[in-house]
Amino acid sequence: MIRFEDVSVTYVGADLPALRHVDLELPEGELSLVVGRTGAGKSTLLRAINGLVPHFTGGHLEGRVTVDGLDTCDHPPRELAHVVGMVGQDPLAGFVTDTVEEELAYGMEQLAVAPDVMRKRVEETLDLLGIAELRRRPLRTLSGGQQQRVAIGSVLTMGPRVLVLDEPTSALDPTAAEEALAAITRLVHDLGITAVVAEHRMERVVQYADRVVLLPGDGVVVSGEPAAVLADSPVAPPVVELGRVAGWSPLPLSVRDARRVAGPLRESLRPGAPSPGISTDRAPGEVTSSPTERVGAGGFTPTERVGAGSFTPTERVGAGDSGRPSASARGPALLARKVVVRYGDVLAVRGVDLTLESGTVTALMGRNGSGKSSLLWALQGSGPRHSGTVEVQGQDPGAVSARVARELVGLVPQSASDLLYLETVDAECGAADEESGRDVGTTRALLDRIAPGIVGDRHPRDLSEGQRLSLVLAVQLVAAPDVLMLDEPTRGLDYRAKDELARIVGELAATGKAVVVATHDVEFVATVAQRAIVMAEGEIVADGTAAEVIGASPMFAPQVAKILGQPWLTVSQVIEARLGILTGGVG
Amino acid sequence: MTLSPALRWRAYHLPRTLHPAAWWVWALGLAVAASRTTNPLLLALILAVACTVVVARRGDAPWALAFRLYLYVGAFIVLMRVAFRVVFGGNTGGTILFTLPTIPLPDWLAGIRLLGAVSAESVLGGFYDGLRLATMIVCIGAANALANPKRLLKTVPSALYDVGSAVVVALSVFPQLAESVQRVRRARRLRGGSGRGLRALRGIIIPVLEDALDRSLLLASAMDSRGYGRSAQVPRGTRALAGVCTLVGLVGVCVGIYGVLDGTAPAALGLPMLVLGLALAAGGFILTGRRVQRSRYRPDSWGLAESVVAGSGILVGLLLSVLLSVDPTNLHPSLFPLSWPQAELPVVLAILVGALPAVLAPPTPLTAEELRTAMPRRAPELVEAGR
Repeated sequence: MIRFEDVSVTYVGADLPALRHVDLELPEGELSLVVGRTGAGKSTLLRAINGLVPHFTGGHLEGRVTVDGLDTCDHPPRELAHVVGMVGQDPLAGFVTDTVEEELAYGMEQLAVAPDVMRKRVEETLDLLGIAELRRRPLRTLSGGQQQRVAIGSVLTMGPRVLVLDEPTSALDPTAAEEALAAITRLVHDLGITAVVAEHRMERVVQYADRVVLLPGDGVVVSGEPAAVLADSPVAPPVVELGRVAGWSPLPLSVRDARRVAGPLRESLRPGAPSPGISTDRAPGEVTSSPTERVGAGGFTPTERVGAGSFTPTERVGAGDSGRPSASARGPALLARKVVVRYGDVLAVRGVDLTLESGTVTALMGRNGSGKSSLLWALQGSGPRHSGTVEVQGQDPGAVSARVARELVGLVPQSASDLLYLETVDAECGAADEESGRDVGTTRALLDRIAPGIVGDRHPRDLSEGQRLSLVLAVQLVAAPDVLMLDEPTRGLDYRAKDELARIVGELAATGKAVVVATHDVEFVATVAQRAIVMAEGEIVADGTAAEVIGASPMFAPQVAKILGQPWLTVSQVIEARLGILTGGVG
Repeated sequence: MTLSPALRWRAYHLPRTLHPAAWWVWALGLAVAASRTTNPLLLALILAVACTVVVARRGDAPWALAFRLYLYVGAFIVLMRVAFRVVFGGNTGGTILFTLPTIPLPDWLAGIRLLGAVSAESVLGGFYDGLRLATMIVCIGAANALANPKRLLKTVPSALYDVGSAVVVALSVFPQLAESVQRVRRARRLRGGSGRGLRALRGIIIPVLEDALDRSLLLASAMDSRGYGRSAQVPRGTRALAGVCTLVGLVGVCVGIYGVLDGTAPAALGLPMLVLGLALAAGGFILTGRRVQRSRYRPDSWGLAESVVAGSGILVGLLLSVLLSVDPTNLHPSLFPLSWPQAELPVVLAILVGALPAVLAPPTPLTAEELRTAMPRRAPELVEAGR
């Protein structure tokens, strides 16, 4: 169906080709999952399928890409629209009209489909994707999962043989991701559509994939059976990592498969079973040790890995079990009482009481629109707060000037790049020094500790997602707030960048800051957080240790918890426990 | 087999959205009628007619709720006109209402007088003038409230399709731009910025522009992958011919309109030129339109109801023009001497024809209603699932 013959792509001004001598064949009716690190060429590969590369993006493409027998060389994307349906990362950005029904019809109008056929196909698509009751809704009022389904529907009406999706679930909460994935698998199974999906959150998709296409990062492509390719892939979901650790063969790809073979492992862990508090007592430095490096690095050397020793000042504060002061001794960093946020008639936050302890990482979870962001903004003092009190170091961040507020509470918003407006990294650092009245070079030094090796004269927009996040983090940290809040920081980060972020967050907590992370990413929560809070409809519905809260939730449980049961949350815990059992057995 | 009138009326009166052009023709008819007179009674009647129809037949979409804004603009125009007459020399005529102290001005401004005596005649004159303009604006506002402006853009001929879709996209980008300004301003506070001053402006404009550029690139690539701009192969010569026809034709139309409106222009410049220009432009449009191959989803159809609505507007415009030129007593109420404006029955009835759509046009379906009824529909499932 899709055939790449010796394809190389080089962008204008790039030293190295984004894709190098790629030979690939994706048969009809298969769901292929494209995985790889950020910048490994996933988007290039996807966009080459419908000719956006090179017709839209520019650059030089050698070799031949054919889809259903059509060469993308002579067919620009618009001439392939009836063969390849392309859904981008942000569905909202790709919408042309403003209601659901019109959006579904837009592509067909361009193809000059007869009106009666159009009418019929719109109705069929509405039913197929379960969005019939949304037909007249404005697109902007839909939830993320609904938008994603409408975006899929809007290309589906053109009757394509191939569906290409770039990160379809990255921005979605677990429930909405399930909705979108259910729609995609249904199309593959029932309609025989060939689907190509790129996704960082592999744990969500890999179980449905017939084939995995791996981009290790140097422009080449490895393709094959999921289990075979993932056996030594540098990026892998927790279930696969657990399989590698336990030496399961064939490698299980779904929680169900893993659970069926996990009996012995469960048993072997039982004698030395850790106390349920394992996650809260763990040292942040160890939390971040990524199992990928230890186990599965294989032939692919991690390139951007930062030496653990480089974060000197706080590095070993929490390293030993004894070294770290208990959280309660430090006292609360933030006290909020009866916080209410309302926008017109809508109550976004309904009387939330919250105490944040110093030195603790708290995860804030809940579906999209449950009031997480509104709560963070209200606590920081920059967002609206209808009533209630917030107290940090005896001051109310909402009542003081913006400059003082940021010294009390630092917030990294969802679209972190909104904070950046200068041309170079160095200029941003300089401006941040000036804004907080610090010595010149303070921010730069902080940035080098968080993420060393960012070149100073680069434009912030040219940085990778993770590097940009680090820059914003440094800019916010230079004001030395006691409380740091991150809104959806893992968006667009690959597994390794997430490990880096986990390390940074852990070390910040070790220096005594109270860190709050609002996220959908349960695996990230499992590695980094001691405490977890779940919000729904503006209220806190669960609050406790991460192990209790996410381990027990059917929707939020990480894969390891689903396989091994509580209190196991991450692969690294299992590795540690096994090491403990081994050494214990020897001694 | 014929349906009984009652059944036919029911079918005709089913809620549906009318063709946007019908509402525009109706509103322009009212506006033409308003432009013919300064009689406040007649103008007030036209205003009342427009408001009645809007209240009876508008939907609950955002553009429909903006009608109030047009009323405010109208009121503002009337007030301004009156205020100007009071401030700058309002003593024409003899009925002095009140006298304000005159502000002396230097000699070189001798023609202008500030404040001083204010006469009823000049205030009324300002009021009449302002009311006429306000009424015309409210009529346009009524069209805007009753017809979806985007759907109107969609009915443009296919030669103008590209321009039309550019306008539609630009319209939907505006709210996004406002949203992104708001978001970035909020983010500025996080860096301790006050959100004021030149530096803050830079801190807001650059991220917003970057955001807008990113989005437009994404949108462009999405539109490209969805077949926007697919076109049939047309020989080069035909394309050039189409362009020339359209351009020359439009110039001809301009010259022709000038000739028609300017009585002193030679007769050949008038109507013949206009017809020739229109014909050429139409030819160009047809040639260009052939290149565009696309169809329209659920196009607005023109039915009986559309004809009724548009017809009532045209009728008001025509009747008023004719009636007032035959018997100009109602046209402009006399200011010298002051007299009560008069409204004769035929003229009043002619204007009331414009209110017919309030009853005769099928009602507009409400989207909010649909949402509300959609909610309970889901409830039984939940109840069952709970058992």
